[in-house]
Amino acid sequence: MSGLFALFRKRPTADLARERLQILLSHERASVGQEGLIITLREEILAVIARHIHVDRNDVQVKVERNGESSILEIDVTMPESVRALRV
Amino acid sequence: MAKVVVVTSGKGGVGKTTSTAALGAALAQSGERIAVVDFDVGLRNLDLIMGAERRVVFDMINVIQGEARLTQALIRDKRMENLMLLPASQTRDKDALTGEGVARVIAELRESFDWVLCDSPAGIERGAQLAMHHADIAVVVTNPEVSSVRDSDRIIGMLDSKTERAERGQRIERHLLLTRYDQARADRGDMLKVEDVLEILSIPLLGIIPESQEVLRASNVGTPVTLHAPVSAPARAYSDAVRRLRGESVEMSIPSDKVGIVARLFGRRVA
Repeated sequence: MSGLFALFRKRPTADLARERLQILLSHERASVGQEGLIITLREEILAVIARHIHVDRNDVQVKVERNGESSILEIDVTMPESVRALRV
Repeated sequence: MAKVVVVTSGKGGVGKTTSTAALGAALAQSGERIAVVDFDVGLRNLDLIMGAERRVVFDMINVIQGEARLTQALIRDKRMENLMLLPASQTRDKDALTGEGVARVIAELRESFDWVLCDSPAGIERGAQLAMHHADIAVVVTNPEVSSVRDSDRIIGMLDSKTERAERGQRIERHLLLTRYDQARADRGDMLKVEDVLEILSIPLLGIIPESQEVLRASNVGTPVTLHAPVSAPARAYSDAVRRLRGESVEMSIPSDKVGIVARLFGRRVA
């Protein structure tokens, strides 16, 4: 079964292993000593939001997605009912 | 001047203890005085791989706490009189291994030996940091597999920042020892190639130890593979690695166990 699959497989898995490692390690090396960066960003962004609206800490999601050259920091804030009712 | 070598990896199960025993025994064949030191408190195994498990009386923590002298704790190898083992404690708390105590033991070992090989515990915590702290040379044991390569990268970062040499602004010599390598699987594209791992980790290559049944056989009987099966592929690879560690220039090859009968009879080295 896997032998048959191998016939149609386009790329050796070792190539994928190398690429995944290269991407991962370039990020990990750059982030040495910055383990707290995401937490710091989250806290400071929350503080800014809190100055204007009351948001429950559980309604804030922080995600990081790494792609080849870049990382995306995604901050998802669920607005409370009272604010959502306002017209922006 | 004694050289202190740490055998480290980050990841467990990649061959640190096997490599420490094999390199230690191969180094001892020159007649120099060799000490192998187990830093894996609570999970010691170097004694077992060296076949000295029934002769352990004192360990490094006994020495650190002043309950035994270093000379009492060192176990002389049964096969080679210039090869000694300092076991780790199996029962004591890891915290008994103090930075100051380790420094004292290493300093004392430096005086009586030519080479001191420190077998690091897995992980990046205190035990691994203590094992690497006094090293002049690091042997980073890596399998051609993603998690092992990642962890080795992490360990290399620590070697460059957390060791005594790094703290003094000196460089620590770092070498890659690629273990459990299978050329056929690499050729098929199922395993990272030597060049891939070298490109990613970018530290000099000390040796390539091929995957071999001899490694398990040697551990079954408690003899370093370099002594148990000296003409086997892994033993020849370890012996070449030792020559490179000594500064000799030895052409890189991946020894194979498929040695012809004639070569086997004459114990000839066939690359």
